[in-house]
Amino acid sequence: MAKILDKQRYKCAMSAMQTVQAIERAIPVLHSGPGCAQKLSGSTGSSGYFSPNIYPCTSINERDVVFGGVKKLESTIRHSLEVIDADLYVVLTGCIPEIVGDNTEEVVSGFKEEEKPVIYALTAGFKGNNYKGHEQVIDALTEQYLEPSKIRIKGLVNIWADVPYQDEFWHGNYKELERLVKKLGLTPNIIFGYNRGIENIKKIPAAEFNLLISPWVGLTNMKKMEQKLGIPYLHYPTLPIGAFETSKFLREIGTYAGVPEEKVEAVISEEESSYYYYIERYADLFLETRVMSKQFTVVADAQYALGITKFLVNDLGLFPAKQFVVDDTPREYQEKVRSYFKDLNYIIEAEVSFDTDGFNIHNEIKAHDYHGYPLILGGHWEKEVAKQTNAHFLNVSWPVNERLIMNSYYAGYEGGLKLIEDIYSVAKTRFN
Amino acid sequence: MAFQLSGSNLGTRENRLGSITGYVGDLEDLASQSKCGTLTGCSRCFSQSSTCLSGCALGQLGGIRDVAIIHHGPAGCSATASSQYIVTNQVAAKRGVVNSSVYIGTDMDENDTIFGSTDALAEIILEVNRRYHPKAIFVSSSCATGIIGEDIDSVVDEVKEAIPVPVIAVHCEGFKSRIWATGFDISDHAVLSGIVEPPRKKQNTINFKNFYESARNEIIEMFQNFDLEPVFLYANATVEELKHLSEAVATTCICGTLGNYLGNGLEEVYGVPYIRTINPLGITGFETWLREIGRVAGKQPQVERYIEEQRNIYIPQIEAVKKELKGLKAVLGMGPGYTFEVTRVLNELGIEVVWALAWHYDKRYENGEIPPAMSYLLENDINFEASVADQQNFEVMNILNKFRPDLYLSRHPGSTVWAIKQGTPAVYVADEYMIFGYKHTLEFAHAILDTIRNRSFEQNLAKRVKLPYTDWWYQQEVGKFLEEAIS
Repeated sequence: MAKILDKQRYKCAMSAMQTVQAIERAIPVLHSGPGCAQKLSGSTGSSGYFSPNIYPCTSINERDVVFGGVKKLESTIRHSLEVIDADLYVVLTGCIPEIVGDNTEEVVSGFKEEEKPVIYALTAGFKGNNYKGHEQVIDALTEQYLEPSKIRIKGLVNIWADVPYQDEFWHGNYKELERLVKKLGLTPNIIFGYNRGIENIKKIPAAEFNLLISPWVGLTNMKKMEQKLGIPYLHYPTLPIGAFETSKFLREIGTYAGVPEEKVEAVISEEESSYYYYIERYADLFLETRVMSKQFTVVADAQYALGITKFLVNDLGLFPAKQFVVDDTPREYQEKVRSYFKDLNYIIEAEVSFDTDGFNIHNEIKAHDYHGYPLILGGHWEKEVAKQTNAHFLNVSWPVNERLIMNSYYAGYEGGLKLIEDIYSVAKTRFN
Repeated sequence: MAFQLSGSNLGTRENRLGSITGYVGDLEDLASQSKCGTLTGCSRCFSQSSTCLSGCALGQLGGIRDVAIIHHGPAGCSATASSQYIVTNQVAAKRGVVNSSVYIGTDMDENDTIFGSTDALAEIILEVNRRYHPKAIFVSSSCATGIIGEDIDSVVDEVKEAIPVPVIAVHCEGFKSRIWATGFDISDHAVLSGIVEPPRKKQNTINFKNFYESARNEIIEMFQNFDLEPVFLYANATVEELKHLSEAVATTCICGTLGNYLGNGLEEVYGVPYIRTINPLGITGFETWLREIGRVAGKQPQVERYIEEQRNIYIPQIEAVKKELKGLKAVLGMGPGYTFEVTRVLNELGIEVVWALAWHYDKRYENGEIPPAMSYLLENDINFEASVADQQNFEVMNILNKFRPDLYLSRHPGSTVWAIKQGTPAVYVADEYMIFGYKHTLEFAHAILDTIRNRSFEQNLAKRVKLPYTDWWYQQEVGKFLEEAIS
């Protein structure tokens, strides 16, 4: 049912156009009103090989609402193939065609014989938010493009983690996760980002397993791939940030993939040694920055709320106040996600609220006693409540404003150091 | 046309002004066809994404101080809440005021498309009022609510009793017009019909329709010479200020597309003169505009004095930089409120416009006349090839590839990058005051000069990237996909 969306944290399912945009040389073809792409794309990192104003669009008008828009869709796809040089065309449907009942599947099936693949995903805005839309696109790939592989390549791992663009660190995070998995002697396969694209999509079916790094987004995709392509999956719910979680992450993958223990431990030892070299050098700063207190709150999607909470508790020794998960996590996943926040060092348990109403969240933050300056990591909306509560504020989750992220990242050992840099760059703006 | 302020809905630009989004030809043909009434726009059998009118409508209204926008639709429709918030805050901070406006979505889901959600909407409006006590509430529809026939007018009527401030229904179904500028009219209509009150006493104010009031201080200072006080609309304007728009000496606007509906509405309904000259961009534009304001306000001698004084400062400097710009060739793509104004300024600066794209074209304005910027060009025998395309990037690229100009000028996000990828230097004419008056005309000329003097960035990038269009497309005529519109 319609509900108040105050300080909005997500967009609609059709924002999955950004998932497509993250695959090099894949282009969304929109069956929607003329302005959806402009509205749903941010202005950061969108002028790649394609950009939102390149996306073909049926630009549905009043006439199409009455008479249907399938003819226009057919001609838009046909001409897209002529005009735009892409490897993959992903038709995304918006609200209008799904309400008026256009048969998109039938139109798209007319392009089966084309040299380039044309697939579709039903992503009407009312079907759910962009986390669900992202899943729709991946499912569409599995259902309509991928076929079971006769061969299985030992050590080939498909990695699924961030929702591109919704997480502005997606470029860097994927790169770092790829680097870490590679160090274990495995062969990572990622479809999003630089120099990957369709060739990597083609490799998906031959993988030994799927690695899903996410509390809940993508689970349906893993199940679908397991069912259709016979690829088992390892679900690692926490985005590893900092040494504690990243080492745990490497051990778990190592065990699952049968990497010799000595090899895993050697990698961990090397990475931790470098990580703690820096931690040691700056530890005095952490202890002696007089404005830093212990309690923190994260307001983010499940991915970041969990990843950052674990890092701040298990690595930096901070203490969790209430954490807010704002991605509209489906009810069926909430208990499981809640349980992840209870698995912290020293049997610390973080209280979690699943809430999409920023007004309530801000009231709860204002009502809590942080016993010092609060540390708030959240969306840009939290800048306001941080000001009201005299908190340190770092914008880590969508919406991200007033900072630019190109290829930096919070994942892994180095990502943890980067997060510390960002937090202390804020804290150091005050003396007392 | 007669303004109907009793209903919450209004016609689209296509219906009211005969506006079009598909045309290829030249300026003279466009104008003569407009005059004799034979101009019919084309539709396209292939098009790329453009812009939603709701962004224009609600972006404008959301800039008003301390109001609430409630955008009834799926979460994507209200996704601009965050960018609206940041812009609102930053322009308020620049001026030193606080703007507490909120932009709320309703996260409509599949059940709502089947069973409707008017009860939930009513409760959301009441809750927003309880939370923020806004000075006005604008309740907008979306494509989805429009198609399922959600009656937002009735919901607004129902909650009005319980809310002490104006609650106004705003109809923003994105599919109803290809012309996002219809959204500007929608916002003006909401203000005119829901907030503006009949005049009680005449004031020495001038309603100044703009986007983000970046030149606020200098304009206030300028108008002091003529005993006029500008009221900038809508960013940072208060609801109280809007109530009194009918009491102004005149209404003017930095962009004809933006201000046309409000200006004509205030003139027709309340007798506030609307300044209908070419816009204050470039030298001739600025002087023509200022003289008309002087005439309407009875301040001609003061205006002449001001013009003379300012000319002495700036004209020699503009003349000096013009020498370096002479002979450059430019292509530009902008909303029609700027395309035909900026072509005039480029002409003044000695730059030849080889092709101009307008994102749409209004055959006539609300008063039945063709836009003054067009008349000016025709009267001065300035003609060039022109097309009308709602930001159809593939058409822009086709044109740039054929003409290989020295410069591309554009005014919409995401457009300039494509020119530079093709190796053409680009100037993003983002700020509405970028070419305002003598001072900014001079700055604009220098911005162009600096852009073409150092082409490193675009050359570096162009050398390393591949363009997304096929060779086949570059060999086609720009109007390849235009077809007769089916009305």
